[in-house]
Amino acid sequence: MSAVMAHDSLRDTTSPARKVRDRIFLGALWLATLIALLTLIVLVFTTYVDAQGKLNLDLLRNFPSPFPEDAGIQSALFGSLWVVLTSGLLSLFFAIGSAIYLEEFANPNSRVQRLITLNIQTLAGVPSIVYGVLGLAFVVRGPLGWGFTVGSASVVLTMMVLPMMIVASREALKAVPPSLREGAYALGATKWQAISKQVLPAATGGIATGSILGVSRALGESAPLILLGALAYVSSNPTGFDSDYTVLPLLIFKYATEAQEEFRAVGAAAIIVLLILLIALNLLAIVVRDKTRKSW
Amino acid sequence: MMLEESKDTLAVPAPADGGSTSSVRDVNVRIDVQSGEGRVAGEMIMESVDLQVHYGDFLAVRDVNLKIHRDEITALIGPSGCGKSTILRCFNRMNDLIPSAKVGGKIFYRGIDLYGPDANSGEVRRRIGMVFQKPNPFPKSIYDNVAFGPRVNGKPSRAETDELVERSLRRAALWDEVKDRLKQSAFSLSGGQQQRLCIARALAVDPDVLLMDEPCSALDPIATARIEDLMHEIKSQYPIVIVTHNMQQAARVSDRTAFFNTEIGANATRPTGVLVEYDQTRKIFSAPADERTEQYISGRMG
Repeated sequence: MSAVMAHDSLRDTTSPARKVRDRIFLGALWLATLIALLTLIVLVFTTYVDAQGKLNLDLLRNFPSPFPEDAGIQSALFGSLWVVLTSGLLSLFFAIGSAIYLEEFANPNSRVQRLITLNIQTLAGVPSIVYGVLGLAFVVRGPLGWGFTVGSASVVLTMMVLPMMIVASREALKAVPPSLREGAYALGATKWQAISKQVLPAATGGIATGSILGVSRALGESAPLILLGALAYVSSNPTGFDSDYTVLPLLIFKYATEAQEEFRAVGAAAIIVLLILLIALNLLAIVVRDKTRKSW
Repeated sequence: MMLEESKDTLAVPAPADGGSTSSVRDVNVRIDVQSGEGRVAGEMIMESVDLQVHYGDFLAVRDVNLKIHRDEITALIGPSGCGKSTILRCFNRMNDLIPSAKVGGKIFYRGIDLYGPDANSGEVRRRIGMVFQKPNPFPKSIYDNVAFGPRVNGKPSRAETDELVERSLRRAALWDEVKDRLKQSAFSLSGGQQQRLCIARALAVDPDVLLMDEPCSALDPIATARIEDLMHEIKSQYPIVIVTHNMQQAARVSDRTAFFNTEIGANATRPTGVLVEYDQTRKIFSAPADERTEQYISGRMG
């Protein structure tokens, strides 16, 4: 009977129970998304409300201060930019270099190469405070003895984001089709010509996306910098690698732990600034990804 | 009868006068072509002697003795896994890129041992161009695709590059279709056009021999016919070695045909390729000497 029905009609024969189950499942998916989204919205909104009265240019103009009336974030904003941009450039250089070596030159079957790969993957998961301890021992004190400076923070953050950026850059290089390399070699290109003129340009999008995400992680990082002397009121902008510095996440922490209620507003305003920077970096990553995808 | 050409070398030009050396050499080649001195139709340009290739412990193909002649198209045919592409990739040392590949025996190009101390793999590949099975244009403009070879082999001026790009695209019968959009991405072309672009790209470095690895297997019949016409047009300037799965294509385009087959050796588990018969295409397809060739040609095998 039902077989005959199927032939005669194109009407929906799904059982009502199954439809209900479909809806419940869809609802659960919606709920999961909604909870994540709501949390973020509530967080941003309450922070915004808290920041009222402080979200103005004075915030950027003033330096951190123990008096809430004239407390600002300028030195922390510049400190963050200094540390993040220098560590970003440093790690980009080392990440692309090691990724090219590991993907293009190293013998994938050698034991040493596999050991290196395993190490990099493990390092990517090491808690950031461990990098802070390492930095305190070897960069701030110890052999290098650079003290609590922008340079120390930059080097330690580089070590921290490097594994992640190497992995991202390797994936980007791996995604370049072998036929591209063959095409270059078949025209008499040397290995370096094939890599620099064809493989790297083709991998730029992936490398850039991974690197920007690595940099935005460094921007929000606070744990290792506690040990590297960033937890302080600094009343001047960094001028070089040997300057004192502080960064936004730690200044926020400092304002949040002050006794006076008025500091909450300054801290909240600093959070808004940090969020804007992070969103800008992520947008940049999306734009770069979409732009390079088109050229394929 | 190996060619003796003492001034010709496959070694990298000395860095001090790298640019001028390569231009002098180009002139030599051109004079040679124009005057026709020493050029007899069918003169040998490449030769393999007892060529064999291992991938790790696996013997992929053995005892290949082939002579590649000028002004001719040589087709390599045979069932899958018989080592035709492997052999082709030995002829411009593309197998160097596979770490496990080991080449035994010898290949001579104008009397020079391709794998000997006087041969640099980059220079070998510049002289012996290659077109691949699937069109593989670079993700760049049409112009930059053609200009890439000349650029990595020297520093041509803007005007020289323009001229080279036009000449190469004309030879590949693509110029009229793309002359107004040279700056567009190579991916905007159709599959057949992309393959002709890859041929133009290979011709732009003025090779001596052109290797083609099943160049039409990803193309429709019309695009295939255009490529075959093109091969006939350029074979007097660029002798061609083509691997093809398509016997009709071998019969249509080639002057000589080499038939490869597979056999399982005494202690081997995987089949090894062997060269069964190599002769004029007409003879291979009308009166093959070997019974296996006859079976393959008539469709009773492979």
